[in-house]
Amino acid sequence: MAQQGGDSSIPPNVVEVDGLTHRYGERLALTNLSFSVRKGEIFGLLGPNGGGKTTTFRILSTLIRPTSGTARITGFDLITQAHDVRRSIGVVFQAPSLDKKLTAYENLMHQGHLYGMSGKALKDRILHLLNRVKLADRANEYVERFSGGMRRRVELAKGLLHNPQILILDEPSTGLDPGARHDLWHYLGQLSREDGVTSLLTTHYMEEAAHCHRLAILNKGELVALDTPDNLRAIIGGDVITIQASEPEKLQAEIREKLNVDARLMNGVLRIEQAAGHELVSRLGSALAGRMESMTLSKPTLEDVFIRKTGHTFWAETADDTAQNGAKREKVRP
Amino acid sequence: MSAKPSAVNSFLLPIFTLAQRELVRFFRQRNRVVGALAQPLIFWVLFGAAFTETFKPPPAFEGMSYREYFFPGTIVMILLFTAIFSTISIIEDRREGFLQSVLVAPVSRLSMVLGKILGGTLLAVLQGLLFLFIGWLSGIPLSPGVLLAVIGMMFLIGFALTGLGFLIAWRMDSTQGFHAIMSVFLLPMWLLSGALFPADGVPSWLGWIMRLDPLTYGMSAFRHVMYSRESIPGLPSLGLSLAITAAFAVITVGASTLMAGTRSTGDLH
Repeated sequence: MAQQGGDSSIPPNVVEVDGLTHRYGERLALTNLSFSVRKGEIFGLLGPNGGGKTTTFRILSTLIRPTSGTARITGFDLITQAHDVRRSIGVVFQAPSLDKKLTAYENLMHQGHLYGMSGKALKDRILHLLNRVKLADRANEYVERFSGGMRRRVELAKGLLHNPQILILDEPSTGLDPGARHDLWHYLGQLSREDGVTSLLTTHYMEEAAHCHRLAILNKGELVALDTPDNLRAIIGGDVITIQASEPEKLQAEIREKLNVDARLMNGVLRIEQAAGHELVSRLGSALAGRMESMTLSKPTLEDVFIRKTGHTFWAETADDTAQNGAKREKVRP
Repeated sequence: MSAKPSAVNSFLLPIFTLAQRELVRFFRQRNRVVGALAQPLIFWVLFGAAFTETFKPPPAFEGMSYREYFFPGTIVMILLFTAIFSTISIIEDRREGFLQSVLVAPVSRLSMVLGKILGGTLLAVLQGLLFLFIGWLSGIPLSPGVLLAVIGMMFLIGFALTGLGFLIAWRMDSTQGFHAIMSVFLLPMWLLSGALFPADGVPSWLGWIMRLDPLTYGMSAFRHVMYSRESIPGLPSLGLSLAITAAFAVITVGASTLMAGTRSTGDLH
C-alpha cells in the first residue's frame, strides 16, 4: 500500500514557507511566517487588510523578494530558482492584468506564448478554458467591453492556462457576484480533487475562508492560528452569545453580578463564549428581561476565532472598511 | 503541468508575442498612428519652408536644399518619437496591471526586454518608411539599394532609442515624469545630433556637446547611407558612427535587462 516508502495517504508538501519576513522601508509587513501546503490542498490566508496576506502573495508569486526567510515551491527555491517556480505556479491577481485592447482570446494567446506554448495545443487549451469559465461565446470581444465579473473569469483562465500545479490567487472573489463566487469555489474544488491542483489564496471574507481545507490567520504580519476551519472553530469550545443593548456597560456588570459570567464588550456588543449556551440564554433572558435589543446564540464563526486570538474584532483596525464592516455584522440578528 | 517547452520556444515566443502586442495595440489606437507621423511631417514642411532662403549648406552638402538636409533629421525624429510613445506604455502597463502577469511568467528578462524593444522598433521603422515614401513622392532621391540600407539604419537607431526609452520608463511611476525627461534630455539630444543643423560653424563648446551626443553618430551613419557617400567631411566616419550606434543599442538593452531583472516593490504600481 505504501508507495515509494512513504505513506501515500499524506500528500507531499508543495509549498514550504520558512521564516518569511518583509519590510517596506521601516514598516514591518510580515514577521517570521512559516507554513506548508500539501498537494491538492485549498489553503487560505485570512486576515484583515494590512495583515500581511498581500505581501505574502507578492513574495510567493515572485514579484518581490522577502527581506529574510525562504520558501520552496514544488521543491524549487523561490529566490534562486525563480524561473522554475514561475513555471509551476499560475497567478491570479486581484488587480486586473488583462490587456483591455485585446480580445479575451488574444489575451490568452499572449499568455500562452509567454509560457512557451504554441500551435494547436495552445488553441485547444484556450478554448477548453474559455468553455470552462463560460466565455466561449465572447472569446473574440475586446476585454474592455467585459463586465468586472467576466474579466475576473478571464483572469482565472489566464492563471490556469499552462496547467500549473499550484494556483496562487489574491482575493479571487473580489468583484464576483454570488453565483460566480460559487462557480469559482466549485471549480477550485474540482481542480483539487480531479487534477491535484493546489490553491493558495488570500481572502478577507470569513464565509469564503470557511471553504478552504486549511486556513492561516494573519494579523499585523504574524501568524495567529493555522488549522482546518472546523478545528479553528472548536478552539472556542461551545457557543457564542451576543447581546445588543442600549447600555451595554451596565448589562456587563449586571451579568457578572447576577450570573457570575464574564461578558466581553466589543464595538458596543456584549459577547459571551459558553459551553451549552442555550441554558445561559434562558437565564440571561429572565435576568435581563426587557433591557436587551437582541440576543443571539450561535456556533462559533471564524470571526470569533479571530477575536479570541487577537483580542480585537476583524474589522476594528481598518477604518476605511467601515462600509464592509456594517455589511459583515448584519449576520448577527435576533 | 504541460510539457516543458524547448529553450528556443521559451526564449523566442515571448519576444514574438510582446512585439506583436505592441503592433496590434498601436493599430487599434488610431490617434497614435496619426500623432506619431503628423508632428514630424509638420516640422519638416514648416522648417523646410522657413530655412530654404537662409540655409547655407557647408561644403560637404554643396547644393543641398534645407528640406533635403533636414529630411534624415526628420526621420530620426520619427524614430525618437515612436520609441518614446512605445516605451511610455511600460508605465501604463504597470499602472493598469498588465505588466505584473509578464513579471511572474517564466520569461527571461532579456527576452522580455527584447520583445518590448523590438515591438517599438518595428513601429518606428514602419513610420519611417511611410515618411520615406512621402519624401520620395516630393522629390527626395531614393534608389532601391539605398532604401534597403536606410531601413537597416532605421532599425539600428530605432532599437537604440527604444532601448533608451525602456531604461527611462522602467522605474518611472508617471507619464508626466517621462514627458519632463523628454523635454530636457531626449529632445535636446535630437536637436544637437546634427538633425537640424550641421556642426560646421557652431561655437566650439556646442561642437563638443554634439560630439558627446550618442545620437550624433546615429545621425551621421544615417546621412552616409542616405546620400550613399563613403565619407562626409565634418561628420564622424561611417565605421565609427556604426560602432558607436551599435554600442549604444547594446548598452541600453543590457542595462534594461539588468534593471528589469531586479525584483522590487517599485514594480508594483
